[in-house]
Amino acid sequence: MSLHARLVVQRPRFRLDVSIEAASGQVLALLGPNGAGKTTALRALAGLTPLSGGHVTLDGRPLHALPVERRPIGVVFQDYLLFPHLSALENVAFGPRCRGVPRAEARRTAAAWLERVGLAEHAGARPRRLSGGQAQRVALARALAVEPRLLLLDEPLAALDAHTRLEIRSQLRRHLAAFGGVTVLVTHDPLDAMVLADRLVVVEDGAVVQEGEPGEVARRPRTDYVARLVGLNLYRGTAGGHQVRIDDMLFHVSEDLHGPVLVAFPPSAVALYRDRPDGTPRNLWRARIEGIERHGDSVRVRLEGPLAAAADVTPAAVADLDLSPGQQVWASVKATETHAYPA
Amino acid sequence: MTATAERRGAREQGRLGRTPWVLVVPAACGLAFLVLPLAGLLVRAPWSTLPRRLAEPQVLEALRLSLVTASAATLVCLVLGVPLAWVLARVSFPGRRLVRALVTIPLVLPPVVGGVALLLVLGRRGLIGQWLEAAFGVTLPFTTAGVVVAEAFVAMPFLVISVEGALRAADPRYEEAAATLGASRWTIFRRVTLPLVAPGIVAGAVLCWARALGEFGATITFAGNFPGRTQTMPLAVYLALETEPEAAIVLSLVLLAVSVAILASLRDRWVGGA
Repeated sequence: MSLHARLVVQRPRFRLDVSIEAASGQVLALLGPNGAGKTTALRALAGLTPLSGGHVTLDGRPLHALPVERRPIGVVFQDYLLFPHLSALENVAFGPRCRGVPRAEARRTAAAWLERVGLAEHAGARPRRLSGGQAQRVALARALAVEPRLLLLDEPLAALDAHTRLEIRSQLRRHLAAFGGVTVLVTHDPLDAMVLADRLVVVEDGAVVQEGEPGEVARRPRTDYVARLVGLNLYRGTAGGHQVRIDDMLFHVSEDLHGPVLVAFPPSAVALYRDRPDGTPRNLWRARIEGIERHGDSVRVRLEGPLAAAADVTPAAVADLDLSPGQQVWASVKATETHAYPA
Repeated sequence: MTATAERRGAREQGRLGRTPWVLVVPAACGLAFLVLPLAGLLVRAPWSTLPRRLAEPQVLEALRLSLVTASAATLVCLVLGVPLAWVLARVSFPGRRLVRALVTIPLVLPPVVGGVALLLVLGRRGLIGQWLEAAFGVTLPFTTAGVVVAEAFVAMPFLVISVEGALRAADPRYEEAAATLGASRWTIFRRVTLPLVAPGIVAGAVLCWARALGEFGATITFAGNFPGRTQTMPLAVYLALETEPEAAIVLSLVLLAVSVAILASLRDRWVGGA
């Protein structure tokens, strides 16, 4: 009971070639920047975009040979695409009706699904009367009402405002947990991916650059894009024991490694000084402040120098040190706060 | 006009200077040219004898025939034209642009030529007409059915163009969404595409009906001018003009009233739009 797929889509200036696997009940997130090919991958799974190569196998059955309407799938589109001429109930009943369920029974099924997503009282409403959050839930009910084996969600929360998003995200998580089939969701929002998915597949330029459990991906990013998403400074270097050479700098880490490695540390691990600090922290370098911006409760300072890094300091520290762009500072990171792992 | 629009209008005039007479005078002449004949029709109408004239059996007969044939022609156009528009908008095949050009030929073709062409194909000696008569005993020329054929031939492009435009404007992703829910292509067409483009179909059908109602050249060539059988309103107007000009005015008034009613029904779509 699972999904195995290799999706190859060849376009004049773009090639998508990704392999994905997921077990029943699992939620897999395709995470990547805009234009990486995530939506193309999702459309290929649905059969809306033809494959140039590869295969889609669901529960041991080849899916790629079937036309869209014969695939056991449910799709939630980014802007939902609820049929504007049908009520919420009729939208949800549409799938069961197409799959041969008698009208009365299809309407009962649809009513039950609307009840489950908490929209029983909006059954008669046309889509344009629904709020964004409500429309999203109708779209989810519509996709689930056909009892798919493979649920595909394209940026399911992207069209919602921040407040609705929080609420719908937790509801969506609950519905996905109750769903027995495979879920593949596409998002460019790392938070959506971390909260909703059991497994992340990071796609950049049409290829998988990293995959794993969300916690693992967040701890050990492998590309600059992922590092930025999870908010870590990331460097490539060559390790010899507890020392890693990153460009011209020798960096001290707690792990004992050899060969090519990645070194990551959070911006909050970086300390800044006006003058060279007393004592000698292991990792100390001279940096120039490139920019200062507000970042949640703290202030993010972007540093240029031998190591381009982001540092998070308190507003008080900015005032005490009188930090401003263009200024030279000393930056340090404790070896214990870095994390090195084989590249 | 709203206050904002008024202010905007005033500002534009202020910025661009005086409206040039070179444009205003021909514009006024053009308007007069379009409106005066209609006004003349109203002025010269025999208002006192109008009710009696309208009740004449010949007038009623022509009116009934016109309404019936125009409606039947519109029905034929809907049954054939909507699928044709769908194919043009949704199926890509070699020569699609050529087919689209062919569809619009009746728009620019003189209707009399259309009538002659119909005679050559569907006449008793025509390519298909010959076979129709031999196989089914059906003859189209100079029958009421012939009127419907002539009107449909001339009016169908209006419907096809309107519906194809609506189909192209409709978001095809709704059809994709329907496919993921298990709908076959026919179900998608019936339950998603048709309702989405319904306003375009209605507008196209109304235009098509209006064109069929006013059809003269192809009808008189292909179906002749037999009272009660093929003599529609425009034909009756033409005939009455030679014998009884007052009757021609009355018949014209009826057609004018129908046109105005159609224009009013399409106001939002064609006239009021930006």
